[in-house]
Amino acid sequence: MKTLRQVGIVGYGAYVPMYRLNAAEINRMWGTSGAPVEEKSVVALDEDTVTISVECAKQAVRRARIDPSLIGAVYVGTESKPYAVKPSGTIVAEAIGATPSVSTADYEFACKAGTEAMQTCIGLVGSGMQRYAMAIGADTAQGRPADALEYTAACGGAAYIFAERSAETVAYLEASYSYVTDTPDFWRRAKEMYPRHGNRFTGEPAYFKHITGATKGLLKETGYGPEEFKYAVFHQPNTKFPITVARSLGFSVDQINPGLVVGKVGNTYAGSSPMGLAATLDVAEPGDRIFMVSYGSGSGSDAFIFTAQDALRDKRGGPNLKGFIDRKRNVDYATYLRHRGQIIQ
Amino acid sequence: MRRVAVAGVGLIPVKEYWDRSLQSLFAEAALKALKDAGTDKVDSVYVANMSGSFMQDQINMGALVTDSLGRPGLPAVRVEAGAASGGVAFHEAVKAVASGYSECVLVGGAEKMSDVLPEAATTALVMSEEQEYTAYTGVTQAGLSAMLHRLYLDLYAEPAQVGMMAVKGHDHSVGCKHAQYPFRMSIDRAMDSPMEADPIHMMECSGVGDGAAAMVLVPAADSGVEVVGSAVATDCCSLAIRRDPLIFESVRRAAEKAYSMAGVKPDDIDLAEVHDDFTINGILSLEALGLAGWGEATKLVAGNATDKDGKIPTNTFGGLKARGHPLGATGLYQVAEVALQLRGAAGDHQVPGAEVGLAQSMGGMASVSAVNILRRFGV
Amino acid sequence: MSVPRYWRNEVPRYRLMGRKCVACGARYFPAQPVCTCGGTEFEDIKLVEAGEVVTWTVIRSPPLGYEKYAPYVVALVELDDGMRLLSQVVDVDPADVKAGMRVEAVFRKVREDGPSGIIMYGYKFRPMVE
Repeated sequence: MKTLRQVGIVGYGAYVPMYRLNAAEINRMWGTSGAPVEEKSVVALDEDTVTISVECAKQAVRRARIDPSLIGAVYVGTESKPYAVKPSGTIVAEAIGATPSVSTADYEFACKAGTEAMQTCIGLVGSGMQRYAMAIGADTAQGRPADALEYTAACGGAAYIFAERSAETVAYLEASYSYVTDTPDFWRRAKEMYPRHGNRFTGEPAYFKHITGATKGLLKETGYGPEEFKYAVFHQPNTKFPITVARSLGFSVDQINPGLVVGKVGNTYAGSSPMGLAATLDVAEPGDRIFMVSYGSGSGSDAFIFTAQDALRDKRGGPNLKGFIDRKRNVDYATYLRHRGQIIQ
Repeated sequence: MRRVAVAGVGLIPVKEYWDRSLQSLFAEAALKALKDAGTDKVDSVYVANMSGSFMQDQINMGALVTDSLGRPGLPAVRVEAGAASGGVAFHEAVKAVASGYSECVLVGGAEKMSDVLPEAATTALVMSEEQEYTAYTGVTQAGLSAMLHRLYLDLYAEPAQVGMMAVKGHDHSVGCKHAQYPFRMSIDRAMDSPMEADPIHMMECSGVGDGAAAMVLVPAADSGVEVVGSAVATDCCSLAIRRDPLIFESVRRAAEKAYSMAGVKPDDIDLAEVHDDFTINGILSLEALGLAGWGEATKLVAGNATDKDGKIPTNTFGGLKARGHPLGATGLYQVAEVALQLRGAAGDHQVPGAEVGLAQSMGGMASVSAVNILRRFGV
Repeated sequence: MSVPRYWRNEVPRYRLMGRKCVACGARYFPAQPVCTCGGTEFEDIKLVEAGEVVTWTVIRSPPLGYEKYAPYVVALVELDDGMRLLSQVVDVDPADVKAGMRVEAVFRKVREDGPSGIIMYGYKFRPMVE
């Protein structure tokens, strides 16, 4: 997919809460072993998807150096909405000063809700309907105690402000692609606290099939080969999957390493690939081409090609995702439960 | 203005009255005061109460208490000024007599904190603060006082020196029949107690109790205890915007006016009842009252100057810490205690030769204060 | 909890918006209807979101609605523009708070009206992230 007028990222922000639960602590709790990630992020007692979104959004506005009242759309993609009914986006838009001339909504598409919001913003700006549009992917992800997901379900997010491509653009969009089928590999029914999943079914027919489909689709549409990208970001539910899918598609570990934050922060669901992109933009140089693919259970993938511009160097100052990843405090399992509202609501 | 005298005093012990209502506590203290005054010619009633609308869901307390006294028909009103309610109600009652509008006023305070859980009592206290930007932070009265306590420790004193305010209060309370905690407490016990709101220890905080105190005010005649100074003043509600948060401006302003009305200076005060809901507040009150220099109140307290035979006997029945702090009633306990001292009726607590005494109460973080000065006359 | 009370304070709490007296320039947070100079005309001002801790405490016996967060730090913060306000300081061990500690504003949950009522957000501060 290509836009009528060229669109780019004019500001971005990413955030991870400071608390961490190490896999060893989960193993201690359940007498298990193994670790799909080293550790995962845990929210503070007073954080939720909305506060994470605001943190990311404020960073994005600061870096974009724009008047926030000019932002015409704020979309929050998440599967951890603090309210079942009442938009998270209104709170974020109010907090950053984007109200009232703004469109907001919450997006749900499991772990690709954030990139779905990006596609929408790209469309709004590309069509000329909006000057600035913000997409956020953020989660305080749920994983049932003792389930495999408990090791990885984590908290964090990233925000992107899109605008027509200009000298202010930090990375412009070359093209995007979406690949969706009905594949029930992971779900959470209404009023249920934890998701269920199909275990190994989440792999080949779900994650791998859709990421591969989106990647091949976008490469075909643009004519690029994997070697023409400096960096690549694949949805990161654990450390293994993105490395495996990258290799199978002809990408190298070097290309994905800068954006592979899952080992230190876990799977931030709708925040996952957007955070990977932010970590990549934090180190990319003008001219670098970046490939990004999300995956959301249910299932689908959104693929994007961004190319960094000069403004990236100038605008990415201030605290970045690495700073927030390094700012950490490990907690024990009981504290983890407390922070997740399992001891006192 | 007419001269005003305290004709009757009534107190009940501060404690937990599980089986009693707020109005029954009020009635008991009021009847004692009326009996002490030897009159039934009350023509108006002021009732001091801070948290009845939260703890007992009760407003319109004027009608409630006149009814409970068997005197429906009397004009009556509740006075609420946070924990200064008692001191402010007394001030209003004084004005009623001084102006000539009333000939015999009953002013009583009652509070029943034991009707709610401790966390609700904590909530009730912080209702004295501005709600949207101060209370919304989750701060408590102990917490606000603690922030001042820390500033004070940085500048003037060691923790145990401030803690002595509580130790002295307990020393003075021993043998007091209306005190809630009439026992000695060592400084080690205070300093070893858990933190309530750092750096304030639990044993530096007044407790939760029920109580009622009442007085009868009439025009002054030949002899007795006269109210010679009475003033109320306010300050900005938030500590954050005060020029120097360690100066209780409302106390200073009210004291200045009360001293001037009474024609006395701080040096002339023979005893003081000050608002030590937390040790630091007692210390800062002594300073704002001019009874100690700025930053010097802990030296006064540590040096026995606040003992009953000291230069400025303070909290002679234990103060808020040991006598107890039933919120809206507290200010009236304080004034009543001063009146007992000036009558020479303070028993073991008697300050020898006391002629002029002062009571100071404050509400919120000293956003409102009342200072009342009494003098023995005609004897 | 009152929804209108929460709602009408959203902008000052979400964005640290205060007001400045047009007549004398005195700044207020929160806004006051009348300035100490008597002025009643004000313009909105955005407070600076960075400052330092002047004094602080640790709330260990919280009021109703704040139980689950205890113990927590509340501080008197002086912003770099000279304005002072009270705020929780989060993402810090209470033992690590110091006078003069650099802090920055963050957007956090303040309390909830139970599991079915509204969630109330607002500013808190945290140690400055460089």
